[in-house]
Amino acid sequence: MSADVRLEDVWIRFGDFIAAREINIHIQGGEFFTILGPSGCGKTTLLRAVSGFLTPSEGNVLIGGTNMAGIGPNKRPTALIFQNLALFPLMTIWENITFSLEVRGASKQERRNRAEELLELIALPGQGEKMVNELSGGQKQRVAIARALCAEPEVLLLDEPLSALDLKLRQHMRTELRSIQRQVGITFIYITHDQGEALTMSDNVAVMREGVVEQISDGNSIYDEPDTAFVASFVGENNRFDGKVSSVSDGIATVDTAEGTIKARLSANTDSRVSAGDDAFVFVRPEAIQFVNGTAADNRMNTKVYHEEFEGHFWQIFLDIEKSQKRIKMSYVNDGATRVHSRGAELAIGFPAQSAIALPQGALAAE
Amino acid sequence: MVSYWKNFFLKNGTAVALFLIISVGVWLFMMIILPQLFMLDFSIRANVPPPKFGTEEHYYTLEHYKYMLFGSAQASGTFNIIDLTVFFRTIAAAIFVTLIDLALCYPIAYYLAHVAIGGWSRLMVLSLIVPFWVNEILRAFAFKIIFGSTGVINNVLIAVGVLDSPYDFIRNDIALWAGLSYAFILLMIFPIYNAVESLDKNQIEAARDLGSSWLRIHWRIVVPHAKPGISSGCTMVFMLTAGALAAPQILGGPSSLWFTQIIYQGFNQAGNWARGSAYAIILLISCIVLVLVIMKIFKVRFGEMMK
Repeated sequence: MSADVRLEDVWIRFGDFIAAREINIHIQGGEFFTILGPSGCGKTTLLRAVSGFLTPSEGNVLIGGTNMAGIGPNKRPTALIFQNLALFPLMTIWENITFSLEVRGASKQERRNRAEELLELIALPGQGEKMVNELSGGQKQRVAIARALCAEPEVLLLDEPLSALDLKLRQHMRTELRSIQRQVGITFIYITHDQGEALTMSDNVAVMREGVVEQISDGNSIYDEPDTAFVASFVGENNRFDGKVSSVSDGIATVDTAEGTIKARLSANTDSRVSAGDDAFVFVRPEAIQFVNGTAADNRMNTKVYHEEFEGHFWQIFLDIEKSQKRIKMSYVNDGATRVHSRGAELAIGFPAQSAIALPQGALAAE
Repeated sequence: MVSYWKNFFLKNGTAVALFLIISVGVWLFMMIILPQLFMLDFSIRANVPPPKFGTEEHYYTLEHYKYMLFGSAQASGTFNIIDLTVFFRTIAAAIFVTLIDLALCYPIAYYLAHVAIGGWSRLMVLSLIVPFWVNEILRAFAFKIIFGSTGVINNVLIAVGVLDSPYDFIRNDIALWAGLSYAFILLMIFPIYNAVESLDKNQIEAARDLGSSWLRIHWRIVVPHAKPGISSGCTMVFMLTAGALAAPQILGGPSSLWFTQIIYQGFNQAGNWARGSAYAIILLISCIVLVLVIMKIFKVRFGEMMK
């Protein structure tokens, strides 16, 4: 069973501080939905409002069409996985997993059986008698998932549950979480500040900044079609050029910057289009930048190599643009033909107007 | 062992290490071990005036312990009902007072640790501590006045119409229980507070999120976590209540005698230090045994309590 979650005009205030501002989100049943944002953006607050630990100052939280106002966390069809997991250290693993059944008064035999089923699901069969501190980080992680699933929630809420794990394990757990979600088919709402996690696992991502949802769409669109300057700079690597739009034609804006005139496409979203005379940012992904050899190209720039990093399957170069000394980043796939760019070497680069996007400066203007 | 002491000196420096060893040693030996040893010695010797100490008349005997059980030799064959009754009533009352304190202090400690915030919780702690700036004996007298037949409580109850005539709180030991419960309340609150405070709030929320009622959260999460604090609080309150003298002396009803009062009589009125010592030893050992048994039942380990 999975339920959809709907946040309608949700405001959350703590005194004068506004933690969430006019939030409208509709999460489909069975969806893997991620709320992505830097720390302090209000994403955990939002999750607590869904789980019932916090009552919105205004607006409604609906789960499966039912308004959750006045319904406590113990009565909601949600289960929360805490950032620090919050397993019960004085109980065995099987008691931890089946705590929700104990609450409902299930018999010990029933609980043992259910625990064993869930231990199978999380690939820890027969480990029920162990104590929490006998498990490794990844195992604890999986026990926390099993404990939450045991409550048979319609919505599973995850508050940065992978942040304490090391990189390899984190990547492994991403795949595992995704497959568990497909298996149980319930709605997952996942909170993270890690855009890698957001993009790899989610059906849809909401990007939050200072209590405001900046954009909601699938991972691809978040990356390729950012609606705001904040989304463009927060999700993935991006080079940012500050300038003023001089003209717009055929969906291409011409922006005057300290690095010269840059041509960049307009946003697909009509609300995020710039017009002549606007202050704008132009964003170019490092992988969109190309080497230019004599031939004419859009947005050509002369640069000097500052530093080069080998990342395995790709190279990353930091370049200083001659005209303004602005440092940008480009990357290219390691095709085996080693190209050594020594420090100070001159390098002409360029990028097609279609690979760059011009966006209103919005909230980032002051920075 | 040698390396432990070597380390101890290296870690603290010679001067501090010596100070610690000597001061703790003197404290332990002079203030705790030596007096107890003297008392033990007194308790197993005949009762003679000090000039005869060390003479043949100061022989070893268990007569004082026997007296506790059977009374004087003349009344042989029967138990020493009076002293035994007082003894068991004291132990039972001390257990009762400990339970009252536990029931009062657990909610307060939980509230302080997990519900009250900032200035409010500091204010509460302060208001718990301030009354203890007043001397213990003065506090007992204050209780006597409050619970007296013309005291505040009786006046209020009569004014409200609950009572027709004053209720004798003192004769019925209620003033005594209240006084004793209040006397050691801090020794219950702070160990429990320390233990409860170290509980991760997420544990409580996780249990709540999994559908648990508050009662079960306390029973399954908070109390097990706070068990060491609860047991050290209970131990302290029980020991001190069983050994209390001032409050029973002042607040006790005319017919209720506390075991410590009998010990006191032995030393100060009957001039029988030997019997007083024997009774004190009996009280001490009984209390220790009782505490150990209860700790065993509730599976509390000493090491945990010291945390």
